[in-house]
Amino acid sequence: MRLEPKLVDAKSQTRSIAVASFSAIAFTLVIVSLLVLWAGAPVFAAYAALFKGGFGDVFAWSETLTRATPLILTGLAATVAFKAKLWNIGAEGQLYAGALAAVAVGGLHGGEGFDVAAPILFSLMILAAMAAGAVLLMIAAVLKTWGRVDEVVVTLLMNFIVLLLVSWMLDGPMKDPAAMGWPQSVALKPELELAKLIDQTRLHTGLLIAFGASAVVWVIFRFTTFGFAARAVGANVNAARFLGLPVARTAMLTALLSGGLAGLAGAIEVAGRTSYVTLDMSPGYGYSGIVIAMLAALNPLAVVPAAIFVAGMLVGADSMSRAVGVPTYIADVIVAVSLIAVLVATMLTRYRLRWK
Amino acid sequence: MTAPTPALLLSGITKRFGALVANDSISLRLDQGEVLALLGENGAGKSTLVSILFGHYAADEGTMTAFGRSLPAADPKSALAAGIGMVHQHFALADNLTVLDNVLIGLEPLWRLRSLAAPVRQQLAEAALRFGLAVNPEALVGSLSVGEKQRVEILKALVRGAKVLILDEPTAVLTPIESAALFVTLKQMVGQGLSIIFISHKLDEVLQISDRIAVLRAGKLVAECATAEATKPQLAQWMMGRTLAPAVYPARHIGAPLLKLDAACTHGHPKLKDVSLTLHSGEIVAIAGVAGNGQAALADLLCGLVPLESGNALIDNKPLLRSPSSCVDAGIGRIPEDRSHIGVVGDMMLWENAIIEDLQDARFTRTGFVRRESSQQHAKKLVEQFDVRTQGVNVPIRGLSGGNIQKLILGRVLSRKPKLIVANQPTWGLDVGAVAAIHERLVAACVADAKGSPAAGVLLISEDLEEIMALADRIAVMSRGQLSEARPKSEWTLELLGLAMTASTDHEVTRAA
Repeated sequence: MRLEPKLVDAKSQTRSIAVASFSAIAFTLVIVSLLVLWAGAPVFAAYAALFKGGFGDVFAWSETLTRATPLILTGLAATVAFKAKLWNIGAEGQLYAGALAAVAVGGLHGGEGFDVAAPILFSLMILAAMAAGAVLLMIAAVLKTWGRVDEVVVTLLMNFIVLLLVSWMLDGPMKDPAAMGWPQSVALKPELELAKLIDQTRLHTGLLIAFGASAVVWVIFRFTTFGFAARAVGANVNAARFLGLPVARTAMLTALLSGGLAGLAGAIEVAGRTSYVTLDMSPGYGYSGIVIAMLAALNPLAVVPAAIFVAGMLVGADSMSRAVGVPTYIADVIVAVSLIAVLVATMLTRYRLRWK
Repeated sequence: MTAPTPALLLSGITKRFGALVANDSISLRLDQGEVLALLGENGAGKSTLVSILFGHYAADEGTMTAFGRSLPAADPKSALAAGIGMVHQHFALADNLTVLDNVLIGLEPLWRLRSLAAPVRQQLAEAALRFGLAVNPEALVGSLSVGEKQRVEILKALVRGAKVLILDEPTAVLTPIESAALFVTLKQMVGQGLSIIFISHKLDEVLQISDRIAVLRAGKLVAECATAEATKPQLAQWMMGRTLAPAVYPARHIGAPLLKLDAACTHGHPKLKDVSLTLHSGEIVAIAGVAGNGQAALADLLCGLVPLESGNALIDNKPLLRSPSSCVDAGIGRIPEDRSHIGVVGDMMLWENAIIEDLQDARFTRTGFVRRESSQQHAKKLVEQFDVRTQGVNVPIRGLSGGNIQKLILGRVLSRKPKLIVANQPTWGLDVGAVAAIHERLVAACVADAKGSPAAGVLLISEDLEEIMALADRIAVMSRGQLSEARPKSEWTLELLGLAMTASTDHEVTRAA
């Protein structure tokens, strides 16, 4: 078996990547159906329950989109960093740092919090959360740029440091006295919480912020000089340096943007869903962001459908489990297999497979 | 007596990549004991054809036989077993291993306890005697000269039992003296019954070494003839499909000093040691030398990639700053050696690569945004003026051939009206047409024109002595980080240059001793 390069132009490549992604997901469902059969459940009923649970009605959609909101933002964080070949594995930690900063600014400390008008405090809260995530990733970017320290190791390990920090904060300085010993932070001031998009659901306006972020990131990479430089640095750092692009500055700005987006995810989760920080507020949104970015082939606009797909699978898996009795882990398998399938499929848009 | 079986017989080989037909029904015969030259410009399909032969690619149509036995498609192992050996242009050697180990890699089965070292050492000694391929088996490959590395590649093929050797542009990396030594070796090999396919786009050496010549153009076999009957103009015409007028360059006026290097030293490997040079506007100074003698350090210094350790470097009487963008701003036009990986960002669009050095320029950017319309207009203009063959400006530049990438880089450099042009191997590996176009542009840049471009100076770093003799006003030779005095071209001959380049390198000295 061998790979031969295909000659393709830019336009048809975009199209074939889209086709490849959808056929990869179809392929995934076929593969996973074997697992469903193995678990002793009827395939069609299981998938019907899965999709009904994820996308079947308004409530299903609201749950899926609620889950997709932080995933879009962490997916964008990974997209931004990976485009410039800054391997940010630390979105999870940056998300928690953002959540913590959000509560630090907007929380009900001593029962009342800061006495500032709500719109201003909300902006400060968002800024603080983004800054917290950004600073966290900056540490790794500075170490990478000037110390040649591998950013994968730094960002990955910082996740654990941040979680320990959060754990300490929740038991110490930011402990909620009203939580009866439960490890959670003080709550956000009620006027800072995001409005609901649909009554009687958890879906909140954070989704619109996530959509906006996706558009902004797309504009940045397509139209700005920073986006130009970041793409050049990501595609070939030696050429970028030779051609006089500000490589170090681009790496720093990339870190700010990527870390900021992950921090924003934390603030939006607190303001839209949880109201306070807990140690289990993110079931690995930061790591899932990496998967979503890869599913989206690092296209900021495609991050939105990719995040909705992943969220829908996770939400639908619960319904499937209840309906036909297969484990919810099937959802993780679907996401994992679809990632591999999409990566292989996008490779096949550039190479032709030959059996000798 | 019947005619001996041909070493190789290809019939009707066709290979398509998408819409591109890289090989169009090619039929070819290689007799035993002959050198067949495969001549063609870049992109003519030479490499594709030998890749099919060696089993890297599968042909879409056609059959191959080796010594009368059918050769399965896309199977490097059976190609090896049939006695086909390949010496690639870019060597596949491990620098940190000895010559012997490099030859042994892949030969020794994993489970065998006894090493093949002794018999292979014996074979190496025999090959040295039979073909004049002397290399110390215990030497580290990393310490060898390029010519010696090439010998190791040939030895690797021979030890694996090659009866047919395919050499892909073997002289591209060699000095004239090394090339001559290679030709002697090749003659000895065919004298003892080996057969050779010699791939090249250089007419002179093809005429010198081969018995028969096959010319490829745009994927088709356009001509085949005995070397004795071939003439240079006829071959060039077959190769290009047209004739090339001899170059006539405009007269130049040597002006004021432009670049002054005074005892310049840098770090790097090898580093520059006390390099002094003055280059005037309107002048072309060539730096000749064997690759790896400090030319890269000199180019990096002038491109703003490495700092000056001691000494002085003045451009237009102002100190040279250490950053690529300040060098660009100081009026240095930079044509890097590795055009595809350093000169452009392959995954980005052609138009983006056209403005990549100008992200501060108000014509192409405004308040942090790229002005796509005017940038693409600029790229279209460059494509037109510099005859870049492309489907458009909104395609990844990776898909363009090396010659077209180089023409775009040249256009990008010249559109900035540079004072000094640092051209590092500007025509390496390009076909005749592209070489002529680039030479013409470089010389023209040294003449002030009516549109207000000043007369630039060109520092030409090249390993191609014919190029140097054709273009340069003065020539200096670089060796182990030191630069000889730049003397007028009239004081040099090709032979003198070849001697100056090689006589002082370590390996040549030890070999001669």
